[in-house]
Amino acid sequence: MSERAAAKAHGPRREIFTFVVGDAGYCIEIEHVLEIRAWTETTTMPQTPEYVTGLMNLRGIVVPVIDLSLRLGLGRAAATPRHVIIIVRVSDQTVGFLVQGVSDILTVEEGDLKPVPRVSLPATQSFVKGVYTLSDQLIRAVDVHQILPDRDGMAA
Amino acid sequence: MDDLRNGFFQECDELFEGLVEGLNALDEGRGSRETINAMFRAVHSIKGGAGAFKLDQLVSFAHAFETALDDIRLGKVAADAPVVALLFTASDHLSDLVEAARRGRDRGREADPDRASAVLRALKALSGGEGDASGDPTTAQSAVVAEFEAIKLDLGLDDPAVFAGAGHPAGAGGDGADRTGRFRIQFRAYRDLFETGNDPALLFRALGELGALSVRVDDSAVAPLGQFDWCEPVLNWTLDLVAKPGVAEDRLREVFEFVEEVCSFEIKRIPAAQSLSGQAETADLCAMLPGHSVGDAGGRTPPVAEPDLGDGAVSGNERAVCETTCGATTCGETVGQASAPADEGQIIGAVSAPPVSECAPLDGKGHTIRVDLQRVDRLINLVGELVISESMLSQSMGALPVSSTAEIDIAMGQLKQLSGMLQESVMAIRAQPVRGLFQRMSRILRESARQAGKSARLVTQGEATEVDKTVTERLVEPLTHMIRNAVDHGLEDADTRRARGKTERGTITLTAAHRSGRVVITLSDDGGGIDRDKVRAMAVEKGLIAPLETLSRSESDNLLFLSGFSTAGEVSNLSGRGVGMDVVRAEIQSLGGRVTLASVAGEGTTVTISLPLTLAVMEGMIVQTAGETIVVPATVLRETVLASEAVVHEVMNGDSVLQMRDGLVPIVDLGRALGYSAETGPLAAQSLLLIEDDAGNRTALAVDRMIDQREVVIKGLEQNFGQVPGIAAATILGDGRIALIVDIEQLLALPGSIAPPEVLQNAEARGARHV
Repeated sequence: MSERAAAKAHGPRREIFTFVVGDAGYCIEIEHVLEIRAWTETTTMPQTPEYVTGLMNLRGIVVPVIDLSLRLGLGRAAATPRHVIIIVRVSDQTVGFLVQGVSDILTVEEGDLKPVPRVSLPATQSFVKGVYTLSDQLIRAVDVHQILPDRDGMAA
Repeated sequence: MDDLRNGFFQECDELFEGLVEGLNALDEGRGSRETINAMFRAVHSIKGGAGAFKLDQLVSFAHAFETALDDIRLGKVAADAPVVALLFTASDHLSDLVEAARRGRDRGREADPDRASAVLRALKALSGGEGDASGDPTTAQSAVVAEFEAIKLDLGLDDPAVFAGAGHPAGAGGDGADRTGRFRIQFRAYRDLFETGNDPALLFRALGELGALSVRVDDSAVAPLGQFDWCEPVLNWTLDLVAKPGVAEDRLREVFEFVEEVCSFEIKRIPAAQSLSGQAETADLCAMLPGHSVGDAGGRTPPVAEPDLGDGAVSGNERAVCETTCGATTCGETVGQASAPADEGQIIGAVSAPPVSECAPLDGKGHTIRVDLQRVDRLINLVGELVISESMLSQSMGALPVSSTAEIDIAMGQLKQLSGMLQESVMAIRAQPVRGLFQRMSRILRESARQAGKSARLVTQGEATEVDKTVTERLVEPLTHMIRNAVDHGLEDADTRRARGKTERGTITLTAAHRSGRVVITLSDDGGGIDRDKVRAMAVEKGLIAPLETLSRSESDNLLFLSGFSTAGEVSNLSGRGVGMDVVRAEIQSLGGRVTLASVAGEGTTVTISLPLTLAVMEGMIVQTAGETIVVPATVLRETVLASEAVVHEVMNGDSVLQMRDGLVPIVDLGRALGYSAETGPLAAQSLLLIEDDAGNRTALAVDRMIDQREVVIKGLEQNFGQVPGIAAATILGDGRIALIVDIEQLLALPGSIAPPEVLQNAEARGARHV
């Protein structure tokens, strides 16, 4: 995607995938990311939480799409064709995260993950497991397992 | 080793199928000598395989079983009713042993040691405790080896290619050479034979069933590649047949009956004294191979089928043969002679495999391969996607300006047809005959009857009906319940039956049939039928219905499907614990099926299960409501009406009912029931879908527009999403968008989806009852 951040010489490292939600930087571990799709219209599901935008067709597989902005407590993303859907694999579930845009793939040291400062929204806090500070910006590490509590929880 | 082991157990399943089939035939008195032979071979093969895996217990039991069958075969013991019953028990026990071995408990504790020794003793008594010499594990093993060899293909055809039918001793053995007819057939196919879709291999296979067949081909007329006209057949076949006793020349002619016009053939009877050159050659060739004795005059002969004679029989014609084979590869398998050499390889397997042979596996039904189910499922998914892409493509083609040529339309039409056919064929891979399922049921019946102390038999019809594998698997439990119910509650005891003028032995009939795109399975007994008064009293007692409620016959019968219902006076071992019919119904419904029950007092009860052919596709009505596209399963759909043309009464608050000839039907707005919109649409502009569930409850679904009724590919939601109340699954429409398939029964059971209770008390009471 672009050049990677200069790796430091010590400590276990990992690659993170950064994206933008509500004009702020977020990231998830790269191993969860399957692919990135352009925004597409989804089919609304009844009896589901509001943050489930609907279902999309990923080459014949039915994939639910989650509005990450709404899920993080930042309000509904006014989806435009410039939004993107990150196809994410968590355990054996495949879901789509609707985000404002994707940024970069970065290599960070695991030790760089700092606890979340106690200033953000409570909803955000429960879904963010820490932050990375990279030069001038703050990247929030999203806990994908929290985003998808479990199958029944999501569908309830 | 594990693979071999699994292979053995899978083979056992097939062998059991044949064994039970034979037993049923005997039981119904239509057994022949061949039936016993087939059963003997099945047991023998199981024993052989078990010997190879050192499953000693299995071997010794199978041996006793086999000995008993051998005696029946030789006419020492008559196959009367008690003997057949013993054979049934023995077969059940053998199947238990195999099952135990499959789980790796052969050397450990056995399922039912008492029965084992009892059966063993009975079997030994039957055969007079003798007969140890016949078929020790060594012979058995060679039988297994033979099976593998019979499948071997040798496409590098040699001339003279000699293939002998397995089983019968090749030379003039002690097997009564005088009684058998010997024929030599000269056969040559005309071009039309292939063009009409016939295949010499099939003819030879049919001949092979009439006796021991050896096939030689004269390919001297085959021109080198390049000058080769692959449309013109050039091969001449010489077939020598040692016919089975009683096979006359007419039978041979019958084989050629349908190809008389498109081939030349000549059948000559050969006097017994004259040596058959083909067989002599076989014998010679086989003699050259170590470890293959041929022409053994003994009863059970090691097989002579050894098609891979290759190196031993190289002839001067090798070059030409090689070219023929190449020709076949180049020209593909189009009509014409070129495909014949390739077919030759199959003849090898085919001719030696049919049930003529003594040691071959029991089923001559056809050739199968075993494929990992996951691969098939992947294929099915891919084909499903292909079908979707195809319809997406054709939709965007439709959007093109008219100037696009007609050629594209034709190509698109072909593509559509092909992908449809592809989908159908792929679905057919998963389809399996219900035979295996029915045979399991016959065993359940025997066991339940024994436990209940009643005498009953199972009559099955339509075992060849094919159903999706998952469906057959998931039908086991409901059918087991139903059979036990039928035996326990349905059939009366012997005294009552006699008093009612029925035969003492009860009959339970299990049938399967395809009916308008669905599979219908019925289970009927000739028992006492359902005691409606008792059912009613019970339902009232359990608070399932109001004491004064009037019920129609079918409503009353379907009370049995309610959870917690049992009419058995006392709880028996078999059934009557109050779980049963409701579980049956839930399981059938989860398969997308319907179950209904009908009963005539004193004459019996029939339970009918109707299932979709496959779980991957279903017929659905595509509708639009509240701006969303929804699929309503066609199985529940009874009729459709335009609201403007129907008699609709508004009750209050926008809730309406549809007036039908026989009563009022509540109208439910689909969009509102699903929660898409808070308001109901303007009813006058809507369409009504009249739906009816298994219990006969009717509801009219109001939708904005009906679009189309068509087959949709079912895409499960559970994997990525979980269950959503009211939604059964999703599907992908022609434009690539996803549409939801509603689960009507679940949807109507959701709170707030049905009209106010004070208006439709009766309807709601029904609705509540089937929850």
